[in-house]
Amino acid sequence: MADTAKNTESLNNTPQMPAALERLYNGLIKENPTFVLTLGMCPTLAVTTSAMNGLGMGLTTMVVLALSNAFISLLRKVIPDKVRIPAFIVIIASFVTVMELLLEGYLPSLYDALGIYIPLIVVNCIILGRAESYASKNPVIPSFFDGVGMGLGFTFALTCIGLVRELLGSGKIFGATVMPESFEPISIFIMAPGAFFVLAALTAVQNVIKERGEKQGRDMSKIGSGCPGGCNSCNIEGCLSRGAVAEETGKTEVKKATVKPAETKQSKATENEEKGEENA
Amino acid sequence: MNEKSRVSSNPHIRAGATTQTIMLAVILALLPTTAVGIYNFGKHALFLVIVCVLSAVIAELCFCLIVKKKITVSDGSAALTGLLLGLNLPPRAPLWMGALGAVFAIVVVKMLFGGLGQNFMNPALGGRCFLMLSFTRIMTDFTTDTYSGATPLALVKAGEKTDIYKMVMGTTAGTIGETSMIAIVAGACLLLLLGVIDLRIPGTYIATLVVFLLLFSGRGADYDYIAGNLAGGGLMLGAFFMATDYVTRPITKKGQYLYGILLGILTGIFRVFGQSSEGVSYAIVLGNLCVPLIEKITWPKPFGKGGERA
Repeated sequence: MADTAKNTESLNNTPQMPAALERLYNGLIKENPTFVLTLGMCPTLAVTTSAMNGLGMGLTTMVVLALSNAFISLLRKVIPDKVRIPAFIVIIASFVTVMELLLEGYLPSLYDALGIYIPLIVVNCIILGRAESYASKNPVIPSFFDGVGMGLGFTFALTCIGLVRELLGSGKIFGATVMPESFEPISIFIMAPGAFFVLAALTAVQNVIKERGEKQGRDMSKIGSGCPGGCNSCNIEGCLSRGAVAEETGKTEVKKATVKPAETKQSKATENEEKGEENA
Repeated sequence: MNEKSRVSSNPHIRAGATTQTIMLAVILALLPTTAVGIYNFGKHALFLVIVCVLSAVIAELCFCLIVKKKITVSDGSAALTGLLLGLNLPPRAPLWMGALGAVFAIVVVKMLFGGLGQNFMNPALGGRCFLMLSFTRIMTDFTTDTYSGATPLALVKAGEKTDIYKMVMGTTAGTIGETSMIAIVAGACLLLLLGVIDLRIPGTYIATLVVFLLLFSGRGADYDYIAGNLAGGGLMLGAFFMATDYVTRPITKKGQYLYGILLGILTGIFRVFGQSSEGVSYAIVLGNLCVPLIEKITWPKPFGKGGERA
């Protein structure tokens, strides 16, 4: 472990973190699925009418994400490459069904509030994206934590959006009235347009923080910033559209990207695999 | 190079009009209806309009300062947006609502998209729709000390008799700036004479609406109904002052006719089949969104490019 750590440190010049922690950090901040990767927009915009809904949706997704990541990673050497997507979906759908039944049984109010968006977690592109770009190439433990990290990032983002929308749209926070009586709720914020306003504003805030940090000379490479410069210059390993671009440009690149991550030198995926394997 | 000869590319002949003079002309043309509105609805209407104008201007100033862009307040467009928004509010709307709408109109609808000339939607109407969706109850409450009950347009829709004379003069319930048809048309005539606007969009808009009402309202050639629809609600204000907004209308002539027809049909649909009696602001906002498409299909072909598509 020490050897690898030293090695990566000399490569990256950043302090070394344990694989699990690094994954958590990656999901929560650096590649936050909502504010940085802008994945999973459908539930993000639809269910965040209150902080509670956002939190519930985020946590449900997190559980599914972590478990499906772990399972897909376990089965990654068994699943044939050609049918991997259907196989992933079957695994994800199983966990979603479990979660759906659990929610219906134990949290019926949340189940009612989230409605159709619970079964739709099956096709949530964050889950499929993590399965395709991370879990199918990495060992179980980092994959699990990758799922938890991404899920936490998603939960964090959804709760933030839900908080702002609920506060402005109905003057409440987690169902408790906080605004004075004279406050007239700006109900557009709990309608669909409000979701777009709040998401855009929060993403902008995230970008401003990053830019400010860069100007002050701090290393902000740990915080993502949307997709600057388009797909070709993109270094985000978890990005699905990048895979699509690679598939269009040539088969050789796809091979490199999906089958043998070890060949792409100095890529994050390689590090993680090495570290993960040692951990395992 | 000789100092006296100025080297420049075409155009070499320029009109004297600047953004500033055009905006001033429109503001001037809006003064009659503003005056009538304030006279009708009293002091609060005056304060409301002033608050809208001030907050629009201050919002633009602050936005320019914060993002360190050139300060564009002096072109008058922010003041015009504020004024139009104020005229679109019910007379008893609280002052903070006018300010909120103006800030939304300027910051979200206009400045975030790049400022004057880049906004895809009329900022004043964007602000009005924002308020309409957020505070439906307040925005549709036209009761004042002087006037109570439904707006004339709602009466017309319900099939009741309305006093056309009152609607033309403006002594009815409604938003601050929409009630007096005669004051609006007077201002519009000024703009037409100055050449700031032309009749293409308002003309086709109103004509299409009349035809639509004749065909689909189910009341046939009912004079009172048609006249009530023309004089009532925000049609005149919308057709002459907001549909003709330079930024958000098509720039091709054919496109402008098409735009007018589209607005007429949309307004007709909203007024006849919609739940609310009014539909001008949503029609214009939707029309604004179609403008890029309208321009695309009406873009003139350069000479020599006819026949086969290049």
